[in-house]
Amino acid sequence: MEKRELTCIGCPMGCQITVELDKAEVVSVTGNTCAIGDKYARNEVTHPERTVTSTAVILGGDKPRVSVKTKSNIPKDKIYEVMKEIDAAVMQAPVHIGDVVVKNVCGTGVDVVATREVAAV
Amino acid sequence: MTNYDIVIVGGGPAGLAAAVSARKAGVEKILILERDKELGGILNQCIHNGFGLHTFKEELTGPEYAYRFIEQVLDAKIEYKLNTMVMDISEDRVVTAMSREDGMYQIKAGAVILAMGCRERPRGALNIPGYRPAGIFSAGTAQRLVNIEGYMPGREVVILGSGDIGLIMARRMTLEGAKVKVVAELMPYSGGLKRNIVQCLDDFNIPLKLSHTVVDIEGKEHLTAVTIAAVDNKGKPIPGTEERYTCDTLLLSCGLIPENELSRNAGVEMSNITSGPIVNESLETNIPGVFACGNVLHVHDLVDYVSEEATRAGENAAKFINGQLKESNGEDIEIIATEGARYTVPSTINVDRMDDKLTVRFRVGAVFKNSYVSVYFDDERVMHNKKRIMAPGEMEQVILLKDKLAAKPDLKKITVKIEAE
Repeated sequence: MEKRELTCIGCPMGCQITVELDKAEVVSVTGNTCAIGDKYARNEVTHPERTVTSTAVILGGDKPRVSVKTKSNIPKDKIYEVMKEIDAAVMQAPVHIGDVVVKNVCGTGVDVVATREVAAV
Repeated sequence: MTNYDIVIVGGGPAGLAAAVSARKAGVEKILILERDKELGGILNQCIHNGFGLHTFKEELTGPEYAYRFIEQVLDAKIEYKLNTMVMDISEDRVVTAMSREDGMYQIKAGAVILAMGCRERPRGALNIPGYRPAGIFSAGTAQRLVNIEGYMPGREVVILGSGDIGLIMARRMTLEGAKVKVVAELMPYSGGLKRNIVQCLDDFNIPLKLSHTVVDIEGKEHLTAVTIAAVDNKGKPIPGTEERYTCDTLLLSCGLIPENELSRNAGVEMSNITSGPIVNESLETNIPGVFACGNVLHVHDLVDYVSEEATRAGENAAKFINGQLKESNGEDIEIIATEGARYTVPSTINVDRMDDKLTVRFRVGAVFKNSYVSVYFDDERVMHNKKRIMAPGEMEQVILLKDKLAAKPDLKKITVKIEAE
């Protein structure tokens, strides 16, 4: 039986979680204080994921950059690929929160969306 | 002089939430004064996610969280002035402000809510030896440059201090192509949230050196290298432990200080520990009708708690101008933080004026494992809650109930402390 100690990142509580694994199968998850922790721990030991946040170039706006995020988590090992596609994106103002900046980024099935309102000038 | 029911100094998360709650409580004439060119405060540059899980039950980025409140302010048609610097607040609540558009002007406020936030501790306050070249930034300044302006401060980075902004910037600079060589922390523990250490350092194999500090800075025009060394338990560098890192950027994430020049000038009594105003259960300072909330009151690690606190400040300011905030009958009960607990907010309670439930927030002075948060009513222990871990970087709280306090009319002091068993 393998034991893995994790710090939950589901919220700023940062619960200390212990996962017991038997041949890559999760046997038990303890130490979490909510369902997010259970889910996070199971994912983190099998297929770790992250939300990527960054900024993209925007033309004709009242701000020089528009902040963006992946709408949900993407595989952790794709972070740098996702960053490259975000860096290549060019937006045109106006942009609203939730507008798609990169569709289906790196084939993950996840969109990169704007997280800020940028008005056209 | 114009008149407003409530003037709110600062349009960040605290000011916005206070404005919205005061309007919900029926206050008509509310004015937010903001020194930046937009509402939202520091959240606009905090583009990472993790905000709002308590408030909105979803994970938002800083700008998204801010916009939830900005939208409410706009929908409620609450007045605000941007690019406006408040110069003075008087004891009788006359607010002096100035802006390029309106020049200098004065406003008579029925109530004032202090929501100015905090500032980063600068290099000048850290006593770091060495040259003073370009390339040394507070972590928040670098964050603004990268996330708002779109500039990279440098390519090879050393970070001093493991506060949350420093950790967040370690990841941010790495993602943008910089090499973050090391994070040095003077204390034997990190001041940042656990999740940020995991997600911002461990994920990118950035070393965190606890009990280390910067002992030399090289470079006459621009930074070329820094030397860090281990420190003993008095914070004194240990000879022979020096390590030199070539770099063009040094980021400082060494603590936040509530920005209270205005409060002090107004005669607001301050806490030596939080550097924020001393407030009662209504978040009211010693000056009647002057309330405080958010990071100007005490530095928070969760914006959700700022919003909640500011909502209470807004409600209480509304009660004050409507004459519903009762004159305190009887003595205030003092809350004393001791033995591991550094301070509490609020620091006094008047039972007549408190809500049914009162959240008392505090910080611990060191890392405590498997210890108890204890609350004493005079000498009687009334609360004894076990916590697996408590750290200075994470705010703690206890909830006091009005009926429990009302049942003890002779109660003089409440003590919050950390006990081993």
